[in-house]
Amino acid sequence: MEEIREVVLEYVKNEYMEDQDEELTYDTALISGGFVDSFSMVSLKRFLETRYKISLPDNRATPEAFDTVNKITALVQEFLG
Amino acid sequence: MAYSDKIRSIYGSQLQTLKDAGIFKIERYIHSVQDAEIEVEFPPGAPLKKVINVCANNYLGLSSHPDVVKAAHEGLDARGYGMSSVRFICGTQDIHKILEQKVTDFLGTEDTILFPSCMDANAGVFEAILTDEDVMISDRLVHASLIDGIRLCKAMTDSFKHSDMKHLEEKLILHADKRVKLVITDGVYSMDGDTAKLDEMVALCEKYDAMLLVDESHASGFIGKTGRGTHEKCGVMGKIDLITTTFGKGLGGASGGCVSGRKELVELCRQKARPYLFSNTIAPPVVAGVISVLDTLSKTTERRDKLEKNANWWRKSLLEAGFILQPGDTPIVPVMLFDAKLSQDFATDLFKEGVYAIGFFFPVVPQGKARIRTQISAAHEMHHLETALAAFIKVGKKYDILGKTKNEIMAMYGA
Repeated sequence: MEEIREVVLEYVKNEYMEDQDEELTYDTALISGGFVDSFSMVSLKRFLETRYKISLPDNRATPEAFDTVNKITALVQEFLG
Repeated sequence: MAYSDKIRSIYGSQLQTLKDAGIFKIERYIHSVQDAEIEVEFPPGAPLKKVINVCANNYLGLSSHPDVVKAAHEGLDARGYGMSSVRFICGTQDIHKILEQKVTDFLGTEDTILFPSCMDANAGVFEAILTDEDVMISDRLVHASLIDGIRLCKAMTDSFKHSDMKHLEEKLILHADKRVKLVITDGVYSMDGDTAKLDEMVALCEKYDAMLLVDESHASGFIGKTGRGTHEKCGVMGKIDLITTTFGKGLGGASGGCVSGRKELVELCRQKARPYLFSNTIAPPVVAGVISVLDTLSKTTERRDKLEKNANWWRKSLLEAGFILQPGDTPIVPVMLFDAKLSQDFATDLFKEGVYAIGFFFPVVPQGKARIRTQISAAHEMHHLETALAAFIKVGKKYDILGKTKNEIMAMYGA
């Protein structure tokens, strides 16, 4: 769980933050807070599926489910079983 | 009645929210033709004020040029006012086909289709050529009309950091399994005035078997040695799969736009693009005006050369005066003020000094990056630019920002 959280946080920082000094916590609102544009959510989904060898159905990979690192981690955890 | 007090109050409060947030837009009424100097009524009811315009997209100064006006008059007389039809029913005249061929020749592409606007071109192109087996990979700062067009299309979406070629390459690798990969960028970015690295983008698209679409609305007619656009500047003429552009800026300033590129893609737009199928044809006087613009620009680079000289002088003079500019080499010269309120106050004071410019702030530009966006024109004579510069310096001194760093300005105005 802890490891997934760190991996997701690192990915989100590299992928979406223009300024590396910007504060990003496990509960930062990524999509509703304007850090992640909805167009590139798909990269995040593809990254998680490849890295954890899971398949996230479209109806679960919603902007709400992807809105914080903690929520993303919980989703991945669920599909890892 | 259906429009009850309750409904009126819902919309009234939405408008009030915009006003409270300081993002309620107010129009200024212009009583003259579009030119380097215009007569403005602002606020409504105020006496007319003659001001130097540094916020028009009138890059080549053709919006009220006598030759263009004459050509439009002739088009009006010869082909009428309107066609009362979409293109494919009874809205295609000989001059529409002539214009399409002239745009193709000018941009160095295979074929062209006209749209009522570039907004319509961008709204229609993606859905017409892509399916859910494909992916669209767009720069994160592309124009709003591209974003809307992307949203209307069923293909997968992704984006890359602004002008970050390494990030784009990662995305092209990530989506290697897609049937078609379409990379999407502006040629010149309208808020910052920077240009896309089209040479590098073409190389990446060739390496990873992707197509490239470039919106050239702020480039067509004046970027590149003969004004063909960013693809000319970057040495990749003939290698852009799709160009969208407008006739509402440098190319005459009236209205209309197009998709120009690979002939199969253009033909698919003709068959399937909804803004083309369900919206009126471009009016004959406008078509005639744009034809004359392209004829002139194909013969001489005089106007784009003057624009380049004006823009270089303006950029250099503002820097020497101590302003902070967004780096670039286009006629879009953003004067950075960082704070939203300062950008509004600065624009108000410029207007009092006889210069019409607009302050842009969040959400149009990122937080803390408010600016006055100036746009230089070939219609500007040196005396216009010198007067405008004097006004900028006077207002700059009033706010004590000349020669100051970003941090010093932010410390004073709290951005």
